[in-house]
Amino acid sequence: MNATLKALRGSAAIAGVATFGCGEAPGFIDMELLARSARAAVADAGLKMSDIDGLCTASVAATMWPMPVIEHLGINPRYIDGTMLGGSSFIAHLLPAMHALHAGQCNAVLVCYGSAQRSGAFSRAEIARARKFLDPQPYETPYEPMLPPSAYALAASRHMHQYGTTRRDLAEVAVAARAWARLNPEAFMRDPLSMDDVLASRMVSDPLSVRDCCLVTDGGGAYVLVRADRARDLPKPPVYVLGNGTAVWNRQISSMPDLTVTAASQSGADAYAMAGLQAKDIDVVQLYDAFTINTLLFLEDLGFCAKGEGGAFVRDGAIAPGGRLPVNTNGGGLSCVHPGMYGIFALIEAVRQLRGACGERQVAGANTAIAHGNGGTLSSQSTAILGTAAAL
Amino acid sequence: MNTTTTMGIQARHQAELNAGHFLIQHCGGCDRHVYFPREVCPHCGSGALHLVPPRGTGTVYATTTVRRKAEAGGDYNVVLIDLDEGVRLMSRVEGVAPADVIIGQRVQARVAVKDGVGLVVFDAVAGEGA
Repeated sequence: MNATLKALRGSAAIAGVATFGCGEAPGFIDMELLARSARAAVADAGLKMSDIDGLCTASVAATMWPMPVIEHLGINPRYIDGTMLGGSSFIAHLLPAMHALHAGQCNAVLVCYGSAQRSGAFSRAEIARARKFLDPQPYETPYEPMLPPSAYALAASRHMHQYGTTRRDLAEVAVAARAWARLNPEAFMRDPLSMDDVLASRMVSDPLSVRDCCLVTDGGGAYVLVRADRARDLPKPPVYVLGNGTAVWNRQISSMPDLTVTAASQSGADAYAMAGLQAKDIDVVQLYDAFTINTLLFLEDLGFCAKGEGGAFVRDGAIAPGGRLPVNTNGGGLSCVHPGMYGIFALIEAVRQLRGACGERQVAGANTAIAHGNGGTLSSQSTAILGTAAAL
Repeated sequence: MNTTTTMGIQARHQAELNAGHFLIQHCGGCDRHVYFPREVCPHCGSGALHLVPPRGTGTVYATTTVRRKAEAGGDYNVVLIDLDEGVRLMSRVEGVAPADVIIGQRVQARVAVKDGVGLVVFDAVAGEGA
């Protein structure tokens, strides 16, 4: 770990967060969900929109997305990052923004996202059709994998073969997520969900059933990042960024070197090194659970258990409320919200936990959190380690 | 002009497939095989990649059954195959029920040409399994 990255530990803090329209937001377009979230996050930070001079954003559909966002919000950023790595983007935006803040290039960075994927006129199926031309995968498409589920199903099949992981282990992840969602008024799916419900649900791409797959919802999310000294003068308790790492090993699942080991093993190691922390030091865990297998893979790759032991680790409600490790306390992408890209919502939940603002689902005394984002088909991974003032 | 300089590797690889030939790449720089076909060796950065015929034998590395309504054609399998040359590709195993495709199954490549377009598929090798 080089000295500059270590010096950035805790140099910036998240001063404002907000979500808007999570679940179903008929009548809204992507930009409106983003703008409402952005405005609320800026207000939460105790700032005005005119204070925002840095912007990070990405869209599933629009490749030049920062421009219409700048236009809509009426901001004039000196720092602009439109890096698009799929769902991990809004966590991967952290470290470059910390560099820009540290260098004095800007003073307040707004990171924001919105998607009306559930209710919008341009459906998920249409996006998938357009992507065949705009983002071709000619060595996979002819075999008609149902993407993304089939890619994660292939990874699950390999994990089951290699480590004896079972559908029940995967179901534990879905059941735990739902148990947390039942404590979260913002979560989209809050009905009780049992192991038997998951195991009996409709198969999508074996071994994954519909209850092993994330939701398709609407929603917007935003956060504001400032230098740590400034954050201390703003109204909300600062949540410091202690570490961030991003890694990409492949785009296509067929190019992934080992389907049981993700690039989270690299992004996590980088983030831990920058933070000077290890898995055992983390109080609350937010992992991008696009599919139930993700949670197992990331628990392993981020060091919460050994490789192959994810299934055993989550058994008997171990990551549910009251379990040994609080994971995805908002209900995750499986039961809370998943508007195309979930990463920003994992980060926002981590911030809310560290603020002690989570009501019934609050993890008592949480001072450190990990927020891990995934993008594509296990393609991009970005890990953030956050902490309260006590963790500095 | 020869096609090595007038066509990209994707078009050359597909033209061979359409003629019934499955080719992968071999790198003259590092002696490793490469698939999918690329312009630059992902192992060593060399441009000295040459299309070569693989043995065609391999092993199922991962498998899934994609569920589809019967009226749309029914369930089908999608697999990742590790060729014996050490490269991996997505494909399907034909001639067996999707649920009967198992990890570790030995398979043999075949080029299926439909409407003039070639596609690599695999058949299970009898008697050799996981």
